[in-house]
Amino acid sequence: MSSNVNSVSYTIKVALVLCAMCSIMISGAAVLLKPMQTANQILDRNRNILIAAGMYDPAVNTNADVQSMFERFNARIVDLDTGSYLTDEQLAELGIDPLTYSEAASRNDPALSSALSSDEDTANIRRRVRYATVYSIESAEGAYETLVLPVSGFGLWGIMYGYLAIEGDGNTIRGIGFYDHKETPGLGGEISNPIWQAQWPGKQIFDTAGDVAFELVKGGGQGESQVDALSGATLTSRGVENMIAFWLGQRGFGSFLTNEVKS
Amino acid sequence: MSEMSKTILIKPIFKENPIALQVLGVCSALAVTTSVQVALVMGISLTMVTAFSNMFISMLRNHMPSSIRMIIQMTIIASLVILVDQLLKAFAYEVSKQLSVFVGLIITNCIVMGRAEAFAMKNPPGLSFLDGLGNGAGYSLILVILGAVRELIGSGSILGITLLPTVADGGWYQPNGLMLLAPSAFFLIGFIIWIIRNRDNSQVERNEFSMASHTVEKGAH
Repeated sequence: MSSNVNSVSYTIKVALVLCAMCSIMISGAAVLLKPMQTANQILDRNRNILIAAGMYDPAVNTNADVQSMFERFNARIVDLDTGSYLTDEQLAELGIDPLTYSEAASRNDPALSSALSSDEDTANIRRRVRYATVYSIESAEGAYETLVLPVSGFGLWGIMYGYLAIEGDGNTIRGIGFYDHKETPGLGGEISNPIWQAQWPGKQIFDTAGDVAFELVKGGGQGESQVDALSGATLTSRGVENMIAFWLGQRGFGSFLTNEVKS
Repeated sequence: MSEMSKTILIKPIFKENPIALQVLGVCSALAVTTSVQVALVMGISLTMVTAFSNMFISMLRNHMPSSIRMIIQMTIIASLVILVDQLLKAFAYEVSKQLSVFVGLIITNCIVMGRAEAFAMKNPPGLSFLDGLGNGAGYSLILVILGAVRELIGSGSILGITLLPTVADGGWYQPNGLMLLAPSAFFLIGFIIWIIRNRDNSQVERNEFSMASHTVEKGAH
């Protein structure tokens, strides 16, 4: 090619043209593929709700089952401050659709969430959403059978997002599932291990005084509110424990459980 | 297809395999070979990135100012890797979650950059594309072999189809947990290299240092 390939102006021109072309290609792909990626994420989220509720066995069920199984759930939005479900008028006013509402996306919206002061923020999540989706299955008489609550808390590297499924008594755990976390694979990442998660069902969240008693303890954890902590992942285990304490306490689903479930 | 392009395509698969001969790209070969499916997707992803980055870099090779040569190569490679990551998230979400960071880390895979510098900068786009395909296929071949052995011995299945029913599922096979951990891939790659170099002595490297013979036959300690 020409001898001026190495000139300053040519270098800058090549760099700019190349960057522009690469940017167009990547943003084009991101925009075009977005709908499919969102559909995958929703499918994955719904599957995690089913896994937390103990209804989905990855070895048996397939993606096709997720939709039909998920239809048994009622998705409703709870106002965590008052502890009651939002009415249709309130939903319309806030512009929330229970089927597409995302706690993660609302975290930074000042109308839907608020900052936590450091002593309130026991789960280290900095901002708390005021409205959260609760997925429930009810019997024909209207009694709760299963409730699935979205939970999040800071582990070691980032916020862990998951679902906690509890039974109709508002106290007994049915299961736990994490759908997004950044914990170290093999150590903290073991929170996704089904064998570890299998210890959770049947544990009691609250003690007789009504306070959160659930804890992760090193070396065993046989008590009725105890689960074995993950070895080599002290901070992740502490994060999980704080997460449960926060979301079932008064700033989380505490008043909802008192108002709607236990009464 | 001419004889030359055939050689360029086939040679890196067996004779000059990037993992077995050049020992490049070993990090991902340890991390993503616990099952055949994941290994296969990783192999295809890397093959696509290597082939297309080789092609684009070769197309631009005469227009690259030498001062920003590597930056241009990295920009092209990184863009392609992001594209592959986006495609996986759209069409193979489950696998992309299992591969997690390793798709992004294709950018740092020595095979991609190595082929760009060693081949694409000196050859026309068509041949560079074939060279990328060949090297990607060589990488994929080793990955799939590792994945098959590790999945069979570690979980008793291949591609999710149970071949050896495990004790946990009421069968007779006690799976070997070591095969699911990264070190097992090291042992297996070692075995593969040993077998290949046994068959093809030209791949055996010369000793880097050999002891000089003793000047005194006996009594020197």
